Amino acid sequence: MIYSGAPAAPRVFDSVLRGLLASPDAVTYRPRMKAEPDRETARESIIEFRNVGYRLPNGQPLLEGLNLAVGRGETLVLLGRSGAGKTTALKLINRLLNPSGGEILVEGKSTCSWDAIALRRHIGYVIQEIGLFPHFTIEQNVSLVPRLERWPVDRTSARVNELLNLMRLDPAKFSKRYPHELSGGQRQRVGIARALAVDPPILLMDEPFGALDPLTRGELHKEFRQLQRRLEKTIVIVTHDVGESLLLSTRIALLDAGKLTGVFSVKEFLAAREPVAAAYVANFRMYEEAERTNEPD
Amino acid sequence: MSLIDFFIRHQREILQATLQHIWLVGISMLLAVAIGVPLGIIASRHPWLSKPILGGANIAETIPSLALFGFLLPVPWLGGRADRLVITALTLYALLPIIRNTTAGIGGVDAAVREAARGMGMTENQILFQVELPLSVPTILAGVRVATVLTIGIATIAAAVGAGGLGEFIFRGLAMVNDQLILAGAIPAAALALLADFMLSLLERRLRPARS
Repeated sequence: MIYSGAPAAPRVFDSVLRGLLASPDAVTYRPRMKAEPDRETARESIIEFRNVGYRLPNGQPLLEGLNLAVGRGETLVLLGRSGAGKTTALKLINRLLNPSGGEILVEGKSTCSWDAIALRRHIGYVIQEIGLFPHFTIEQNVSLVPRLERWPVDRTSARVNELLNLMRLDPAKFSKRYPHELSGGQRQRVGIARALAVDPPILLMDEPFGALDPLTRGELHKEFRQLQRRLEKTIVIVTHDVGESLLLSTRIALLDAGKLTGVFSVKEFLAAREPVAAAYVANFRMYEEAERTNEPD
Repeated sequence: MSLIDFFIRHQREILQATLQHIWLVGISMLLAVAIGVPLGIIASRHPWLSKPILGGANIAETIPSLALFGFLLPVPWLGGRADRLVITALTLYALLPIIRNTTAGIGGVDAAVREAARGMGMTENQILFQVELPLSVPTILAGVRVATVLTIGIATIAAAVGAGGLGEFIFRGLAMVNDQLILAGAIPAAALALLADFMLSLLERRLRPARS
């Protein structure tokens, strides 16, 4: 079992698959989700890509004709291979990159008409390498954005305590420590706490659990699911991990070579006929089957 | 007459020359840091400017010190007073290690840390002053250390244009073929360099931020 840290995922997979096989009409692949007002996009969309393209200065396209809407409160996973344009799409949302074509709306307003600094402080950002400031204590790291926003000191420190508790880190024990004194999982918790500091309505996560060992990743996945329910944030997660996508997402947007291949619910994804999605599912399935095929006769 | 006797007999002159030496080097280093660190920041912010800045500092570094004093002599405001001239020359020599280490320090900041800082909505200035510079302090100080030791040595040549300092004894000793006189300049200069190196290394260690 590869996903020993996330035991829920394969089980979800199995039951869903069985259900689908029983009703063949449920297997519907819809390649273009752009204008489809299904139950998810029917919500008010808080992030919207409108025909967005991004090219490198040398003209190489990384992202082409992306149309995608993220509804308020949903968790959208951007799934794809390395180089598929997932991280590019994510960085376009908080304007770490500017689109070469089209526009991205955040809360109905084009990112280009947002003040870049205000936009970024409005959006939590978590990256795989975490990027905690090594010369700041945990407390200083978490309180960074509140301090930039000139919150009063007592409100800031109350918020830091609240967030560390939320991320199951004892403030008395951790707030005065430096990042290098923490384990990888603890550092990633601090990274998430830092991103949540000013309670932004949107959270962007770029392979947030990628660098963790499977058990730690599983624990964080479990906690993160509880967190999702409590916080009701709009979350966009970049990952190439199918298990993580199935576990955490409300919808999966599949990117391949800079283009959106489709947007799927977990159920739709598992049954998809679209080749890339099917390849992902088959690959994921392989690990499950290994359990049976590797048993000695 | 032993060397020790000589030092005791001339302690007042030696002390005075040492203080003068410290003054020349100290002022030069303050100026070099005040000019070099901003130039290093500019070079790291604008890659197209880094070549001319580092190139210029490199050229200054390659000019033999006596020749540099000679070049500066006809410059109006500088040529008139030996100490101004020497301080200018020493500052030019100290610039290169400081500029280079400033750019290296800023360039060495973990890309993930910088990206996180941008992603959380820090302005360029906030990133520079709260993240990049604090993380570069040990590297910059290492440059200041190199520059200080270098400058203490070069400052002995200041006596050639009449700015005083410990070089005074060395030049006189050379002219009079008197080893004791040469050592009276060389030993305090060497001691000064070692002491400065040691103190700056202590400072460097104290300011080193916690690192993973």
